Amino acid sequence: MKKSVILGALTVAGLSAGAAAAATLDDIKARGKLNCGVTTGLVGFAAPDANGEWQGFDVGVCRAVAAAVLGDPSAVEFVPTTGKTRFTALASGEIDMLARNTTWTLSRDVDLKNEFVGVNYYDGQGFMVPKGLGVSSAKELNGATVCIQTGTTTELNLADYFRANDMEYEPVPIETNAEAQQQYLAGACDVYTTDASGLAATRATFESPGDHVILPEIISKEPLGPLVRHGDQEWGDIVRWTLNALIAAEEFGLTSANVEELASNGTDKPEVNRILGVEGTLGEMLGLESDWAVNAIAAGGNYGELFEKHIGENTPVGLARGLNAQWQDGGLMYAPPFR
Amino acid sequence: MTTYTDPPKESFRLSMLLYDTRYRSLTIQVVALMGFMLLAAWLINNTIQNLAALGKPIEFGFFTEPASYDINQHLLEYDSRDTHLRASLIGLINTLIIAVMGCATATIVGVLVGILRLSKNWLVAKIMAVYVEMFRNVPVLLWIVLAMAILIESLPRPAAFRGDTPDATMKVFDSVAFTNRGFYIPEPLFSRSLGDIHLFGQSSLRMDVSLDFVAFLVVLIGSIYAARRVTARADKIQNATGLRPTTWHINTAIIILPTLALLVGLGFHLGYPELRGFNFQGGIHMRNSLIALWLSLSLYTAAFVAEIVRAGILAISHGQTEAAAALGLRPGRIMRLVVLPQALRVIVPPLISQYLNLTKNSSLAIAVGYMDITGTLGGITMNQTGRELECVLLLMLVYLSISLIISAIMNWYNNRVKLVER
Repeated sequence: MKKSVILGALTVAGLSAGAAAAATLDDIKARGKLNCGVTTGLVGFAAPDANGEWQGFDVGVCRAVAAAVLGDPSAVEFVPTTGKTRFTALASGEIDMLARNTTWTLSRDVDLKNEFVGVNYYDGQGFMVPKGLGVSSAKELNGATVCIQTGTTTELNLADYFRANDMEYEPVPIETNAEAQQQYLAGACDVYTTDASGLAATRATFESPGDHVILPEIISKEPLGPLVRHGDQEWGDIVRWTLNALIAAEEFGLTSANVEELASNGTDKPEVNRILGVEGTLGEMLGLESDWAVNAIAAGGNYGELFEKHIGENTPVGLARGLNAQWQDGGLMYAPPFR
Repeated sequence: MTTYTDPPKESFRLSMLLYDTRYRSLTIQVVALMGFMLLAAWLINNTIQNLAALGKPIEFGFFTEPASYDINQHLLEYDSRDTHLRASLIGLINTLIIAVMGCATATIVGVLVGILRLSKNWLVAKIMAVYVEMFRNVPVLLWIVLAMAILIESLPRPAAFRGDTPDATMKVFDSVAFTNRGFYIPEPLFSRSLGDIHLFGQSSLRMDVSLDFVAFLVVLIGSIYAARRVTARADKIQNATGLRPTTWHINTAIIILPTLALLVGLGFHLGYPELRGFNFQGGIHMRNSLIALWLSLSLYTAAFVAEIVRAGILAISHGQTEAAAALGLRPGRIMRLVVLPQALRVIVPPLISQYLNLTKNSSLAIAVGYMDITGTLGGITMNQTGRELECVLLLMLVYLSISLIISAIMNWYNNRVKLVER
């Protein structure tokens, strides 16, 4: 872990000037593979399944981008990153994009020289406790031992929250979600805190998920989204509009099942036709084939399909759409017009 | 008459730099040095240019920003509003704690195991051999993780101490609690405390020094000095008359009585940990991350120290032991008075390397979430500020300084114990 940070720093040092910027798209095409940074394993968002295939909501975004760029959703090299190594991996060029439940903050966007291309999950930080503890509100956690993943915004929110409420706590910093889970289940900490979606995903993997409750308090705003590094706007545009295409596809009823048929026949809605590449030259503007969005949607389905398949209410993770519903349904998912 | 004339003085020509053997090696060295410096300059220049291209020029301004994160183990007062510099300082102190505790334990265990491995008792020698081979042939990271897993999984959680018929009870006259969050041991308290002195005002380096502790140290050092004077006097009398006055009871009294008087004067008592709320409160909390790291690092390094000690002892000719035995010394005294003092000059130099290794290995602390300097400066601070290069360079500088200081101390010690050669 540490080694890769240092290696990453050295890689930054060793890059020849200017090569970091621009031409990410050409590099990917030449390589024939998209390098996508994901978590080291968070069920529902990104985790290898029984066959060793990466599956999940964030993985779906990587696959959609690979399909849009290369026409092949399986042409992705998944690079597991921890909270600590992710930005270094991105800055050094080890990965082309990062889809890893990463919170969009000003300093990460501006000072760390990243470019957040959108939000694929609106989240907030929550607390999970064992039912047996008899705690029903985060305000009762004075003096508790709290497991946190180090190198995340949750660490800072936690410090601020306990400080603001004049409570004491004992932080137990942990490197990965799996270790945090082990410590939490063994009772080495009373509380586990991370993004509420992450808590639900983690709880889903427990032997008896019913013995654990997620407290009602959400103590922060955590807009999670994919990001690329500064300096290559063209590449950033591709990832941004692939994500937008997935969101718009849900709005317009394009699914993995019907998108190819609609693309060959065309529809009577001009905007849908533009997304499908039947009309206009949106793909060309992005430097991609005209069927880029069709491939992206066919890869794993539109935004709603990805959500239902990996983290929706019928999955073990069991998250409701909530803030992440389409804007017509009272949510925040709102793709700008394809024009 | 013969006249000696100096051979005609050859004037220096440039070609001599290459063809004259007197100058050639110098030329090669100068060229190599210039090449090396060019390479270094290119690397540094390249780094600076690339960082500038990325829009991240090297600067250390972030050190004065609030760190915004909490650190569980902090000997000095610290909260999340303190600066990154202070967070790094807290991390540095945690690194030093583990280094000092680890080196001390590794030395004690290592010397014991090294000597026992040479024991004539077959069973003891074999057990020690198994210990050494087990520990030094498995990566230390695995030992650290294993130790942590054992502590977490096998010890009771604090909640188990609750209720009328608890599953777990406190040990040693209800004074120590072994939980899977660490060990809670009694802490020394003073009811007539002298208070603290506050150093460095409000800066990031501010610290409170307990006057009780300082007084305790002063008295203890004074007593030890006095005891050594008594021993020196006994040596003198023995040299002059051949009779050695008994000193052990005087020395014991000199060391114990003043310290005891001081402790009574300050109102010394123990503060016991007790279960309140989620956790034990009061007492000293040794977190299981500290214990896991300390145990595994010291046992791992002790295996190497044991081998060094064994090599040192075997390096002393067996004739020395036989000669000492012939003089009537008992085996324990032979080891203590004859063999070990000579073996030390073989032991100390490689021992320095082991101390350095232990200190550097302590950077594996993050595996168990122990907040050493790699965890604070090289971990959270680096992550939150995105200043990878600055943090890594500083981190290297810190470890380099710690290592050089350890080397300097040990070299000084080595100079004292090595044979005086004439």
